[in-house]
Amino acid sequence: MIEIIQLLINGILLGSILALGAVGATMIFGVLRFAHFAHGDFMAIGAYFALTVVTVFNLPVLAALPVAMLLTGGLAILIDQVVYRRIRRVQPVILLIASFATALVLRSFIQMVWGSSNQVYQVGIQLPWRIGPFTLKPDHLLIFAAAAGLVLIVHLFLSRTRMGKAMRAMSDNMDLALVTGIPANRVIMWTWAIGGALAAAAGVFLGMDTRLHPVMGWTLLLPIFAATILGGIGRPYGAILGGLVIGCAMELSTLVIPGAYKPAVAFAIMVATLVFRPQGIIKGNA
Amino acid sequence: MIEIERISRAFGGLQAVRSVSFTVAEGSVTGLIGPNGAGKSTLFSIIAGALAPDSGAVRLRGEDITGLPTHQLFHKGLVRTFQIPHEFSRMTVRENLMVVPARQRGENLIQSWLRWPRVVAEDRAILRQADEVLDFLEIGHLRNELAGNLSGGQKKLLDLGRTMMTDAKAVLLDEPGAGVNRTLLGKLADAIERLNRERGYTFCVIEHDMDLIARLCDPVMVMANGELIAEGDMATLRRNPQVREAYLGTGVSGNAGEVAS
Repeated sequence: MIEIIQLLINGILLGSILALGAVGATMIFGVLRFAHFAHGDFMAIGAYFALTVVTVFNLPVLAALPVAMLLTGGLAILIDQVVYRRIRRVQPVILLIASFATALVLRSFIQMVWGSSNQVYQVGIQLPWRIGPFTLKPDHLLIFAAAAGLVLIVHLFLSRTRMGKAMRAMSDNMDLALVTGIPANRVIMWTWAIGGALAAAAGVFLGMDTRLHPVMGWTLLLPIFAATILGGIGRPYGAILGGLVIGCAMELSTLVIPGAYKPAVAFAIMVATLVFRPQGIIKGNA
Repeated sequence: MIEIERISRAFGGLQAVRSVSFTVAEGSVTGLIGPNGAGKSTLFSIIAGALAPDSGAVRLRGEDITGLPTHQLFHKGLVRTFQIPHEFSRMTVRENLMVVPARQRGENLIQSWLRWPRVVAEDRAILRQADEVLDFLEIGHLRNELAGNLSGGQKKLLDLGRTMMTDAKAVLLDEPGAGVNRTLLGKLADAIERLNRERGYTFCVIEHDMDLIARLCDPVMVMANGELIAEGDMATLRRNPQVREAYLGTGVSGNAGEVAS
């Protein structure tokens, strides 16, 4: 029992990281209709941006977080303008392949600038807290709090602001959005900015929890897509729930199968969702 | 207000619209009728910018708008609805109206942060406007319902409501009465009449329900086989043998003539 609760704590931690990535991926899918394969590498580059801020200015990681989010959001807009915007009118599959190429370019860029070895934000060992039989690192609490805060901000953005509503409208019914004069290009820019910023946050949290290496985001892409599909493609609230479910499922699976097969669990859930409930687990709203 | 000038359009070998010209006068509710396959919807799509004509021109208040994309037409005050009602199904009825933009400032990346109070004030104004529209259409009680849960007729009302959130002056309605029950149809017709009278909207309406056309529209344009075959008020058109033939098929014209005489 104790083991299960401990795994659930780890699962929610991984889940909140996946959720932040999945929200961006699902919004990009909703508005632009393609699976963004460079999303994991947005996470990685965000984490490395934060690393630079941390080492150069000697700041705590959480202080570097907003800078990393801002830079990655800007980079996402730049990549959209340079790469994706030109091919938006052709088939979505071309966009998908272009995003795959973007992923490779970003990863190589990270290796060129920051090197391909493992790095950490803080050298030294952080002593975990022991609460009864459970262990919890102080960093974990920070990650929970910051992730929850970001999810709340995304929720307020989507439900309260005009741009958030326009974004939901575009992913809901593209034809109608266009005839009602919703400014498609501006909505697309906002989508990239927010998707990139959230991916950066996910990357920083992942780096805090484990370590930084150039393929850190790429390896999480599959669970992120699984979370996106589980929550219903194009539905931000579903993606958050999907991320938490996939995170917990991956951690809990280590009770019965070796830890190396964790990604396979995400894959199995994704396939099962596509076969039995392709519209996602959430009904109606969100 | 909308001038259609010798519009033609073919799909492969099929001449869907053949040199059609007519004018939708400002302040009128102009009907567009004809049997299935007459080319009405094709013509509508051309006016609304969803389809390019092979030849001919569309003018809005004298300005050539042929082939302009829909969102640009929207900002020029020309709005269309769809034959099958469209809605943002995962948003509430009120939100469906609130997303329709009318020169809002909340969309600019920088301004939305710098001028927060102003954006908030504008948002309130839009919310009030949305509620007014819903009350006007008498669907105020549904404001927090998800649009996807509405009935077909209520979605049509919502479609009409969406056009009321703009400064739209010309509205193209594609079969507003299709699949709407009688009670709701009356409401829809009331709303169209009031918008026309009280707010000066110009309408162009495709419709198969002749009672609705007779009630709302004057003049009425009749199309058959891609051509404009008659125009006038509904009472005159009912007696027109050519119109009867178009609706009832060839070979009836003699009989129709006898009935008329």
